[in-house]
Amino acid sequence: MELLCPAGSMPALKAAIEHGADAVYIGLKDDTNARHFAGLNFDEAKLKEAARYVHQHGKKLHVAINTFAHPDNYQRWQQAVDIAANAGADVLILADIAVLAYAAECYPKVERHLSVQASATNAAAINFYRQFGISRVVLPRVLSMQQVRALAKSCDIDLEVFAFGSLCIMAEGRCYLSSYMTGQSPNTAGACSPAAFVQWQDNNGTLESRLNGVLIDRFAPNETAGYPTLCKGRFNVGADTYHALEEPTSLNTLDLLPQLYAEGIKSLKIEGRQRSPAYVTQITQVWRAAIDAVMADPQRFCVQQQWQQVLAGLAEGSQTTLGAYHRKWK
Amino acid sequence: MKFSLGPVLYFWPKAQMLQFYHDAADSAVDIVYLGETVCSKRRELKFDDYMALAHMLREAGKQVCLSSMTLYEAPGELRELRKYVDNGEFLVEANDVGAINMLQEHGLAFVAGAAINCYNQHSLRRLVSMGLTRWVMPVELSQHWLDTLLSQSIISDIRDCFETEVFGFGHLPLAWSGRCFTARSEDRSKDQCELCCINYPQGREVTSQDGTAVFVLNGIQTQSGSRYNLINQLPAMQGMVDIVRLSPQPQGTFDWLTKFKANINGAAPQPLTTTDSNGYWLNLAGMATG
Repeated sequence: MELLCPAGSMPALKAAIEHGADAVYIGLKDDTNARHFAGLNFDEAKLKEAARYVHQHGKKLHVAINTFAHPDNYQRWQQAVDIAANAGADVLILADIAVLAYAAECYPKVERHLSVQASATNAAAINFYRQFGISRVVLPRVLSMQQVRALAKSCDIDLEVFAFGSLCIMAEGRCYLSSYMTGQSPNTAGACSPAAFVQWQDNNGTLESRLNGVLIDRFAPNETAGYPTLCKGRFNVGADTYHALEEPTSLNTLDLLPQLYAEGIKSLKIEGRQRSPAYVTQITQVWRAAIDAVMADPQRFCVQQQWQQVLAGLAEGSQTTLGAYHRKWK
Repeated sequence: MKFSLGPVLYFWPKAQMLQFYHDAADSAVDIVYLGETVCSKRRELKFDDYMALAHMLREAGKQVCLSSMTLYEAPGELRELRKYVDNGEFLVEANDVGAINMLQEHGLAFVAGAAINCYNQHSLRRLVSMGLTRWVMPVELSQHWLDTLLSQSIISDIRDCFETEVFGFGHLPLAWSGRCFTARSEDRSKDQCELCCINYPQGREVTSQDGTAVFVLNGIQTQSGSRYNLINQLPAMQGMVDIVRLSPQPQGTFDWLTKFKANINGAAPQPLTTTDSNGYWLNLAGMATG
């Protein structure tokens, strides 16, 4: 079982490798990947440096090129594949069928993993993508553990699941809420609820967060204000004001680790390329220890309280959830 | 330019569905999409009921397509999908690539719905080679995007192999989740939802704390708070868009169809209301009006 950690910078990448990641995933410094944030990601030279560093340590480098190519700029997605493959990436994480086909034709020896942005939630969808020679599928965070288990039993392809981090509650790759509000979505711009559209306003002690003018939440003086990700705001439905879609919370599957291991899940992905090297260090340490423990003795595995404390401290809104893996969440 | 009725996205009682489709049979609409695309627990109409409606509509001169689900999570749902694929008579709209996989295996032509991620000429050409005969553009794309895509040479030489369709009226389907938001709004879990979405024939409105319409909850689907309305953009679609889709609303759908038909060439523009939007088509935020 692989531990796959995020890196938005060289220091984060080194932290992941030093603290026990088996592989690291990164993106290029443009909108060809789904974490297109200012100050983040790797240019061509840095990507080469990253590949060298990762390989020197005997680990693997995955490069996410997982937005959907634009019609007037298609070459940019091809170039991203060229750059990543020529720099020595072990794996390309792809979502667009045209980009998948291009990578399969031009770089057949570089593994292709199906990005979560391709939204493959069922066996027929996975079969569809087999024509592009994928070796692994990253499962969307909408499936229950029971559904993950069914896929693991019925599909002879490696599966990767999200283990920890920000929780997308919609089927990834098929959510246009962000472009509805701002014009920019994960699919088209590699961004969700982009920072350029965020406004904060203090009204006599009540802090208001807005996204492109739309009020996402109001925080009383004693509340911790979270980033206005639009699906995690408090809105009115009928007579109630509440988190209509989801609360600010992070996904945490530590409790499910023995089950995921038993089903032969190949890789656990930690979300968070936008997070700091310090975050990557802590998260990698906890998950390395947990995976080592489950692999050493799956029957006797138990979640250590200290791991949960560290993870809770790193979680959005300081709360964690099993998300859709746990049926009751749905 | 033709007009289509998209699948009913909400959960309506059987009698309301039958009435709606009898009205559709009497209307001037060209194409009707039938089927449950949101939640497999909604079973007021079963596959055979949809087939009976399909026959009735075809006899009334309509072209009928069967729309399949958007989010397939369980093996049982795929078995239901196979019935649609094997229907033997009607074109199927795929809203998940799993459906494309099954249709492709059977060598059947298909419609790629708006939730299929086809954003560029190379993806579209590839889908055409798999059997796509009609492409419904993703709802978040603009006139400019469509124009750019269709003018690429690798598309212009196969332009007569497929039709283009644009979602032009109704609340936009924007997201699908493992979670049911309508059940959540009634403090129920999805497993104990009691099909409460049947009580909300146009979904549940979500407003911001200062009163702006933000979203509409429709089971596991989240829709736009505003009603998308491209009636005044129809003249600009000439030569690019073959079919304009109206998404069934509980009231007034056929009146709007009449208005749309009257404005194909711009002869009868309509004022938009404050609850309408057209931003996506104009390359703005979807909720905007230009």
